[in-house]
Formats: sequence, structure tokens, C-alpha cells
Amino acid sequence: MISFDGVSKSYRGGHQALRDLSFEIAKGEMAVITGHTGAGKSTLLNLIAAIERPTSGSVVVNGQNVSKLRRSAIPYLRRNLGLIFQDHKLLYDRTVFDNVALPLQISGFPHAEAAKRVRAALDKVGLLEREKARPVTLSGGEQQRVCIARAIVNRPAILLADEPTGNLDPDYANGIIEMFRAFHQVGVTVVIATHDEHLINRLPARVLTLQQGEMRP
Amino acid sequence: MNLVSIHWHTFLQALGRLFRPTNLLTALVIGVTLSLPAGLYAVIDNLRQFAGVESESQITLFLQGSASQADAAELAQRLRQTKGVEKAEFVPKDAALKELVKSAGIEDLAATLERNPLPDAFIVHPRSDDPAELEALRAELQQLPKVDAAQLDSAWAKRFYALLQVGRHGVLILAALLAVALLAIVGNTIRLQILTLRDEIEVSTLIGATDAFIRRPFLYAGALQGLLGGLVAWLVVAASLLLLNSAVADLASQYGTEVRLHLPGPADALALLGGAALLGWIGAYIAVGRHLRHPGRLG
Ligand SMILES: Nc1ncnc2c1ncn2[C@@H]1O[C@H](COP(=O)(O)OP(=O)(O)OP(=O)(O)O)[C@@H](O)[C@H]1O
Ligand SMILES: [Mg+2]
Repeated sequence: MISFDGVSKSYRGGHQALRDLSFEIAKGEMAVITGHTGAGKSTLLNLIAAIERPTSGSVVVNGQNVSKLRRSAIPYLRRNLGLIFQDHKLLYDRTVFDNVALPLQISGFPHAEAAKRVRAALDKVGLLEREKARPVTLSGGEQQRVCIARAIVNRPAILLADEPTGNLDPDYANGIIEMFRAFHQVGVTVVIATHDEHLINRLPARVLTLQQGEMRP
Repeated sequence: MNLVSIHWHTFLQALGRLFRPTNLLTALVIGVTLSLPAGLYAVIDNLRQFAGVESESQITLFLQGSASQADAAELAQRLRQTKGVEKAEFVPKDAALKELVKSAGIEDLAATLERNPLPDAFIVHPRSDDPAELEALRAELQQLPKVDAAQLDSAWAKRFYALLQVGRHGVLILAALLAVALLAIVGNTIRLQILTLRDEIEVSTLIGATDAFIRRPFLYAGALQGLLGGLVAWLVVAASLLLLNSAVADLASQYGTEVRLHLPGPADALALLGGAALLGWIGAYIAVGRHLRHPGRLG
């Protein structure tokens, strides 16, 4: 489903974030990318979503060579991915419902169908009663769940999560861990970047450890 | 949502945003800027029509000495059938001589002439006042039988025409320069709108929005802003002409003529509105294009 072949990434200014990475993540697999801060976890996820391009090597997602994708084809790649951001990236002038509806609006979904899907997604993350609320009125954990609902509303085959339990207390974190388990069980490929030991220990996941941009065996 | 309803929705959204103070102010600036070339254009158009009435060119046809009365009659017939000829007056050589003698005060000299040295002539009033068409007509008339020479008496009209042409080119250059300024003005307000919607753009791009999706609301906003600016420009020009009209009418009545400034016609008005909307659209396109090069990141 996802394969890296000799991937290196240098940022402008010469800093090398990733060094000659090669690995594969199978369809339906759950993988955790871990490592110290600055190890290159976020960079790795960004390469999968074609948010960054590799300096060398190739990144193949779902049979598509993402590293060589035309700019105009990138949106269609991203519609098959569910992205969960460390800083949520919610729109604070819109309701919870509208935030979750955004991906469907972007892909031109019919209104009625979209509303059904949004409510189903909100139900999954336990926020159905808060659909009219503004994100600012929600706690950090609830905002993270809105972000998850937005990521899954398109029913993506691949879920990418960057520090999904960032600075949540363990109770909240456990709820989110349960959600990832559930997605994994229905066959979604899940890739999580985190250095949260609590999260790593509770997930039935393969652990890939990065150190200074290199994969530790 | 189907494509039509997406566009309609976006259009209404842009229309709603249009009536915010900063956007209205921008439309006003666009309007005042555009009213300068539009107003000059209207004035030149008025001058041209005014001059067309007053400075009618003529073509004088001098007939050969051998031409008879019958030849002249036949020629008159041909002239009536010639496209581009409004009317033609026959001036017999006797009448021409009398006129000349009287206006020059040379009765004594005339009395010594054995025969009339002047030819018969036609004075032709062409339909067009365009120099190129006039010249073509002159050349055509020159070829008619029994015509000795065809002479275009339009030096003044030519010069005036050339002057108007200079004026028109001046307006075009001015309009082009101001169009660049307008692109910058619209681009700037769109950039402000983009800044307030920066998060929305970033998130939308990250979750699969195409460039077209991001661009669409701004293109509508830019085009609407331009359109409103064009409307303002038209109102400024129309109001100015109407105000000037009473003064012009006063002036003209003192010269015993009646002159009215006319408003730009529907085609000109449409061109103004369409051009302004197009400029707004292009300005927005450029502004969004610059922004699209700087997408966000996952974490
Ligand atoms: N846009 C960028 N430009 C330049 N350098 C960058 C950029 N993004 C990341 N880096 C550098 O690349 C390295 C890897 O960054 P990355 O964000 O992938 O690390 P991370 O493992 O996600 O760290 P953290 O746990 O703190 O989120 C870091 O040294 C970082 O400073
Ligand atoms: Mg990171």
C-alpha cells in the first residue's frame, strides 16, 4: 500500500531530515513511526501525502509514484487519504458540522448524502450532539476528535495521523486509541507518527523507529 | 451538489462579501479610475460625431472640355447610382464663372475673355467621412467617362480626423496603463481576502481541494468588484455628460446651432462593464495564483 525506496529528504538550507529510507507498509496494516523530536516523523508523513517531495528515491502509495505526481493530480491523491494534524487545523469560524463536511464539499458530494456521512462520522467519534458547536468551545481532546471525524468522513483507505494524542491526558488518549483500533479492524491502513509510549504500547502496530532521519533496525 | 449549484452558491457568497465597506471602497476606486478613460472616450466620440456634421468633405469633379449637356446628364445619372455618394450638384461652367468673377471682383478681366476657360463640374457629397473611404471614392470617380479630374476638398477634415485618431490612441494608452493599476488594486483587495481566509485555504488544499476550487470564490469576488467598479465609472461619465450638457447647449445656442452631448451607447456601456469585470477576474486570478505556491504542512 505504501512503499519507500531509497528515500532521502533534504530541506532547503541543507538540513537532511531523512536518509536513504526503504520500507513497506501493507494494505490494512497499522504502523507507528516513532523517534526523538526532529527525527523526521512528520517529514515521512508529509512525503506520503505529497505535501513534501523527496530529494531522491521514490514514494509509492496505492500503486502511484507520489514523488513524481503532477501538481494537478495531488488533490485526488489526498482525497483517498485521511489526514489528522497535530495542531488540528480546524476552521474556527465554522461549526463542527461544517468542519467535518469540508472534505465532502471539496469533492462535490450531494448535499443530503453529505449530511448523512457527516453525522455518521461524528457519531463514530462521539460528538453527534455537538455538531452545531464552534470548535473553540470544545476541549483539546474533543477538537482532536473533530479532526479525526473530518479525516474519516471520506472513508479513506489510508489514515495518516501526526501526534494524535499530542498533549491529551490518558483518558482522552485511550478513547482515541480505541478509535484507531476500530479503523484498523475494518481494514483501513493506519500510519501514526508519535513519541507517546502510552499510545505505542496499546496499539497492535508494527513500530518503525527513526533516528536522525535513519531507520533503526 | 452539482456544478451549477456549487457555482451559484459561490456566486451568492461572493456577492454577500462584496457589500463590505473595504470592497465597496475598492469598487469606488476602480470606478473613478475607469471613468477617466471612459469619459475621454465619450468626449472624443461626441467630437467625432459633431465634426462629422459640420465638416462634411466634398469631392469636386471637373469635366473634360469636350463634355456635352448629354454627357453631363448621363454622368449625373451614374453618380446617383454610385454607392458612397450621398448627393451630387451640377455646377455649369457659366455659373462657375459668374460666381468666380463676382467673388474675385474681376468683371473687367472677364469681359476680355473670348470664351469661358472653366470646365463644367459636379460637387459630390460623400456618405462617409472616413479619409480612406473618401480617397477610394475619389479614385473611383476619377475613372468615370468625361471626368478630367476628381479633387478631394478635405484637408481640414483629414487633419481633424488625424487629431481625433491621436486622441483615441491616447485614450487607449491611458486605458492600458490604468488597467495595470486596476489589476494591482483588485489584486490587493483579493490578497486581503485571501489573508483572512488563509486557514481555510491551507486546510482545504491539504485535504484535497483543487486549485480551481480554491480560486473560484476569489474569481467571483474579483469579477463582481470589477463589475461594480465599471458601473460606478459609467455613472460618473453619464452624470458628467448630463451636467455638461446644459452648458454646452447654452454655448451652442449663442452660435445659433443646437448641440447635445450623447451618452455612451449600449455597446460601449457593455464593453466598459465587461472589460472591468474581466480586469477584476484577472487581478484575482493573479493574486490567488501567487498564494497557491505556498501551501501548508502536516506537522
Ligand atoms: N520546512 C522545513 N524546513 C527546514 N527544515 C525543516 C522543515 N521541516 C522540518 N525540518 C527539519 O527536519 C527535521 C525533521 O523534522 P520533522 O518535523 O520531520 O521531525 P519530527 O520527527 O516530526 O519532530 P517532532 O517530534 O518534533 O514533531 C528537523 O530537524 C526539522 O528542523
Ligand atoms: Mg512532527
